[in-house]
Amino acid sequence: MALYIVAFQEGFLYGILALGIYLSLRILNLPDLTTEGSFGFGASIAAMAASAGHPVLSLPLALLAGALAGMATGLLQTKLKIHPVLSGIITMNALYTINLMAMGTTNLSIGSSNSLFRMLYAGFELDAFGKKVAGAVAGAVLAIAVLLLMILFFKTHLGMCIRATGDNPDMVRASSINANRMKLAGLCISNALVALSGALIVHYSGYADINASSGTLVYGLAAVIIGETLFGRSGPTRGLISAIVGSVIYKLIVTLVVDLNLFGANSANMMKLMCAVIVAVTLAIPAVKQYRQKSRIMKEARRDA
Amino acid sequence: MLELINLHKTFAPGTVNAHVALDGVSLHLAPGEFATVIGSNGAGKSTLFNAICGSFLCDRGRIRLGGQDITFLPEHKRALQIGRVFQDPMKGTAPGMTIEENMALAYTRSHSGPFSMALSRKKYNLFRDALARYDMGLEDRMKTRVGLLSGGQRQVVTLLMCTLVTPKLLLLDEHTAALDPATAERVMALTNQIVSENAITTLMITHNIRSALTTGTRTIMMDMGKIILDVSGEERARMSLDSLMKLYSEKKREELDNDRMLFG
Repeated sequence: MALYIVAFQEGFLYGILALGIYLSLRILNLPDLTTEGSFGFGASIAAMAASAGHPVLSLPLALLAGALAGMATGLLQTKLKIHPVLSGIITMNALYTINLMAMGTTNLSIGSSNSLFRMLYAGFELDAFGKKVAGAVAGAVLAIAVLLLMILFFKTHLGMCIRATGDNPDMVRASSINANRMKLAGLCISNALVALSGALIVHYSGYADINASSGTLVYGLAAVIIGETLFGRSGPTRGLISAIVGSVIYKLIVTLVVDLNLFGANSANMMKLMCAVIVAVTLAIPAVKQYRQKSRIMKEARRDA
Repeated sequence: MLELINLHKTFAPGTVNAHVALDGVSLHLAPGEFATVIGSNGAGKSTLFNAICGSFLCDRGRIRLGGQDITFLPEHKRALQIGRVFQDPMKGTAPGMTIEENMALAYTRSHSGPFSMALSRKKYNLFRDALARYDMGLEDRMKTRVGLLSGGQRQVVTLLMCTLVTPKLLLLDEHTAALDPATAERVMALTNQIVSENAITTLMITHNIRSALTTGTRTIMMDMGKIILDVSGEERARMSLDSLMKLYSEKKREELDNDRMLFG
């Protein structure tokens, strides 16, 4: 039981990462591979700030760090005209070294007195189970707050312009919208969210690890895609909600697999493979549906003949 | 309103593929003037539009719009004053966004700051009224995604988006060519209505020689990057379809002769 409550907390915290991925992947229509770099960047900056005794400040700093990472990728794409995928890979690689240099170590513990979640637990003097519930509630509150902000943002003029840039580049080119600036803004916000997610995971786990960010991109994709399978693809409001729901569901699936010991003692280490399988299978659903429909039509045609 | 002075553009200069697309084009459009542009494929009509919109910089020449020199102004800044409708109905609207959102996008660009709300009751009514005036039934589908509309409906939405805030110049690039004849006629009538109501300075490319003579107040023929014919007023009124056709095909024949000389 406790395991699943923790899954909710993780799902919501990683849900903010899924929001970022949804923004770049679906709204901007740009495959942005900066994610793993900016997640780690947010985590390492937050860990440094928190371990220096500024746990609250660590969150806005992480947002800023992520926005900078997004801006780097965006400038490579728009000003220097490097392919979007390559731009992301370049920034991601650069950030790995930068994170390592910033932390000065591969694993930086922030100390339990500097973790926002542990401060919360201590404030309410909770028992072990109460801590898990409080953690899940805190995660939900944070994720929903960010979600509401993003939903509101995409109803503003700027948000609308960013949507149009992803929706029809031809139209935007002939309109008065500065498409490059919109891409830049979108990538900054997307990566700021990813970095915030990284920072919150540091507060949740109590440390920043240089390798913790690997796999976050595929995780985010899985969350977005699971959400879309459930809610369908539609406007940004439903899309953003579905990304967070997808993230929680994904974490619950992983927890279930680990809980049932489906892969023996090794279950926890099967996550990446599982993640890849889930993404591939969900992405394949439309094609499989099409094949089945085609074969049904052919069968019926043969029967009629 | 629009002043083009001796525009030159060569694509891929200095290579075997060098292509002179604009060869000293000069044109002056008075405010409210509606000129149609004809010419064979590759005559430089679309290139001229691209030059005016700023898709590329011209090698030589100046472009003035409403007294302002826009020769080196970036594309998106020119677009504040220029409305453009393409032949392809897919190009002018965002398919994943609703009619209301598309119109808001076109409207707010000159009316509000980046963090103001794009939609409001007031704007909704404004857009609804604008759509209702053209009797396409679109006013009842404000929340419909534009991707679900037909090509003709999308062109109408694009046209309205371009003219919601009256532009200094309207560029129509064969905007009815991809539509079926009945719809094309409908959109053309709408175009005339909008342009004359708002007295918008307009350039329209067309391959329909009949509408080139009957629409607007002036007809321009282009060939090999040059303006070879420019008629308006009396002369245009007297010009018959046949005489224009004759001029058009004579030009084409000349071109063919040139090609024959080249390959002969």
